[in-house]
Amino acid sequence: MKLSDRKVPARRPRTVVVAAMVAGLALVTGACSDDGGGGGADDGGGGGDGTTITFLPKNLGNPYFDASSTGGQEAAEEFGGVFDEVGPDQATPDAQVPFINTAAQQGVDALVVSANDPRAIGDALDEARSAGTKVVTFDSDTDPEFRDVFVNQASAEGIAAKQLELVSEQIGGSGQIAILSASANATNQNAWIALMEDMLASEYPDVELVEIAYGDDDDQTSFDKTAALLQSHPDLKGIVSPTTVGIAAAARYVSTSEHKGKVAITGLGTPNQMREYVEDGTVTSFALWNPEDLGYLAAHAAKALADEEITGAEGDTFTAGRLGEFTVGANGEVLLGEPFVFDESNIADFDF
Amino acid sequence: MTTTATTTPRPAVAVHARPWWRRALLTREWATVALLAVVYAVALGTVTGFDGPLTITYLVLDITPVLLVAMPMTAIILTGEIDLSVASVVGLSSVTLGVLYQAGLPMAAAALAAALVGVLCGLVNGTLVAYLGLPSLAVTIGTLALFRGLAVGLLGTTAVTTFPESWTDGARATFGDSPLPVVTVVLAVVVVAFAVLLHATPFGRDVFDIGRTREAARFSGVDVRRTLLVLFVLSGLVSALAGVYYTLRYGSARGDNATGLELQVVAAVLLGGVSIFGGRGAVHGVVAGVLLIGVLAAALRLENVTVNLINIVIGALLVLSVVSPRVVAAVARRRRPVSSKAHRPERDRSIERSQR
Repeated sequence: MKLSDRKVPARRPRTVVVAAMVAGLALVTGACSDDGGGGGADDGGGGGDGTTITFLPKNLGNPYFDASSTGGQEAAEEFGGVFDEVGPDQATPDAQVPFINTAAQQGVDALVVSANDPRAIGDALDEARSAGTKVVTFDSDTDPEFRDVFVNQASAEGIAAKQLELVSEQIGGSGQIAILSASANATNQNAWIALMEDMLASEYPDVELVEIAYGDDDDQTSFDKTAALLQSHPDLKGIVSPTTVGIAAAARYVSTSEHKGKVAITGLGTPNQMREYVEDGTVTSFALWNPEDLGYLAAHAAKALADEEITGAEGDTFTAGRLGEFTVGANGEVLLGEPFVFDESNIADFDF
Repeated sequence: MTTTATTTPRPAVAVHARPWWRRALLTREWATVALLAVVYAVALGTVTGFDGPLTITYLVLDITPVLLVAMPMTAIILTGEIDLSVASVVGLSSVTLGVLYQAGLPMAAAALAAALVGVLCGLVNGTLVAYLGLPSLAVTIGTLALFRGLAVGLLGTTAVTTFPESWTDGARATFGDSPLPVVTVVLAVVVVAFAVLLHATPFGRDVFDIGRTREAARFSGVDVRRTLLVLFVLSGLVSALAGVYYTLRYGSARGDNATGLELQVVAAVLLGGVSIFGGRGAVHGVVAGVLLIGVLAAALRLENVTVNLINIVIGALLVLSVVSPRVVAAVARRRRPVSSKAHRPERDRSIERSQR
């Protein structure tokens, strides 16, 4: 009698727990086995002669990094490597660290990183390197001691020279221009502007820089500053904006004003922001780098490091497929090259 | 058959009749522990690289801030309240540490100041919730934005990274050649302290009482306001400690440190079997919940699963863990009237089932 009382009551609660666990496990193992298949295939490739390369952008779901990873994958396919892209959903350094740790555990041959912080991911990178993983940074560097090579998208000189070349060409070689920058203490922009002022004096005697305005990398401020520039300088023939926010705001203002087609707008912009202004004729051409080429070069640099073809020392040379030969410069930097010019003929090929 | 049963003190018999392991497994907490064990075993067996010593090191380092903050969060959720500002307190204490160290203060003094900032944050939350009677959800969503805003405002987009290496290395150091990080000691102390506080002191009983029925707790002499204030201050203090750890582990004080940590913490606490309505839960379940999420994320990352899928798996697991016991219970309830022939409302359920 009592025996039956003792045994049976456990049944219902146990069913609850077992059912919950089975359901939970089905979910967990289901997810594991799905990707376990993919992972296994990758490992198979890695076990052969393929170099394993993992791209770790600042965050996932960013068109710019989608493009650079496309380039990285293209390179990996060319040299028979195994390509993987991992990354956090937020562009913070602490979110990047677990992925660097994981790469170290996996023992991947090379890790290609766009750093969210120059130091915060340094210790994790050190650990990965002591586990034998080569580290390439691209787009955004860490302190030099934490990586083997930095693939730099463009040099300050290259950016300054290309923007002057574009604006001079578009205004016919002479006349007044203005610069619409980001904030007054933006380090990058100020370095480029100083270089542009030097080059204007030495190479473009007929081009006169009449004003440097600051739009604070704010769309509305940049828009208003553009209007003010055009009002206070009636003879203005061109505006150079070395910031993606500024150039888009300037183009938006000019595209609906009487200055459209008369005042040249150029600078650094992204194809997605500038597409409509190139198509409606407000903007002839602008510059930036090609993130696909950047990823392609970074993957080749990673491959060269993994093969011990280069060590990251100044003067090392390696070949990066369709982009040709590259030399490692001071501080382990590899320069992608001159900025890339986007115009009507090629803008449709880019989505970032 | 049933007449003799009615004369025995059934609930006591029913409980003690079960073997201890079966009784233990019946709780939500131990179900989570068991699931953790299974997931860990599956990962060991199937995930390449999971069996390496680095796995444990990184796992402990990764879960440390979550587990630290989960302890006071458990206590607060047990009272039926919530503190969503914890991650912002982590960020603010991180920035405080960085700014003060950069200004020339010794590390120890800067760390102490960071802890004080955490206590202040807790006092703000606690006063608003306990003494002004405002809903903690609304208050801490507000202070989530407020504290994060202060943190980002103090440092802007820059970071302080010049911390002494003895401190930053200490945050990641392990015991000799073993994979176990030294910070495990801190974790153990905090976890044991909260386990004792909640499960073995009068204060802990007050916490559970407040969560079950606040009015009844008040009438039975529990100082509800003081208890809540203490919990929010503890939450601020522990979050600030997590902030100091966070800063040292990554060697970087930034305003955006630990963004989104509060949701990881709440997810782990609920996965560990703590009722969001308060009154039910235990520390060992929360520890298992934190570890379960940590192990799952580590294993899935090793399989190169994207972060979005990792979030989906953890989110689905959380929903499932909350929903499935209720679904099973509902199904069981629907079946019971059919199978039980005699209807005796005065009897407890175990007797009805014994008739099947």
